[in-house]
Amino acid sequence: MFKISPTPFDLDRLRRELAHPRAGALATFEGLVRDHNDGQPVRSLEYEAFVPLAEKEGARILGEARERFSLLGAICFHRTGHLRIGDLAVWVGVTAEHRAAAFDACRHIIDEVKARVPIWKREHYAGGASAWVNGATRGESAASVPPNFG
Amino acid sequence: MTKTIRVQYFALLRDQRGLADEKLATAADTPAGLYAELRARHGFTLPVEQLRVAMNDEFAPWDAPLHDGDALVFIPPVAGG
Repeated sequence: MFKISPTPFDLDRLRRELAHPRAGALATFEGLVRDHNDGQPVRSLEYEAFVPLAEKEGARILGEARERFSLLGAICFHRTGHLRIGDLAVWVGVTAEHRAAAFDACRHIIDEVKARVPIWKREHYAGGASAWVNGATRGESAASVPPNFG
Repeated sequence: MTKTIRVQYFALLRDQRGLADEKLATAADTPAGLYAELRARHGFTLPVEQLRVAMNDEFAPWDAPLHDGDALVFIPPVAGG
């Protein structure tokens, strides 16, 4: 399940949804809003998404990961809206029989989400200026611009 | 032939267009042609090589045929996470 959410996540509920009797490992990744980027102090972030396609592409990423890493479950939630320093921006949780697959899948999913899902981030700086973060879009019909992982 | 296309803008493109959404008439045959037309009209800074395009809520090739009533989104470089 991949969801774009304008409101905070209920982490207990997401964790319960991943419960599986064969699972020996649950790995999670929490992406947080940090107070700097590329040497600039950041006061807050604003995320927006093209929701219908973001949720489709996100679901494809989770499906690919389930198959590639033999996962028992995979969930990713991504926030939209205005977030403060320390807020949770993205949450990935996966279950697998063993920890290696769970760790690897978690990393794979967040990397793919950052490269492929139509979500944008505007940084608001101390002093009032703001700018859209120039990541890169990777995909079949995109140019081969190297991803700029934050 | 002139078609009516709905275009939604996000992030930098929305700022540069000053709109989130519009319906427009175009003679362009492909998303690539329409982006070139809009870029010339509105001064978009992003070259087409840095974008992807979605047609009717799914990724599409730049040379896909445009049909009357299609909904397009030009997708600037993404930055989730």
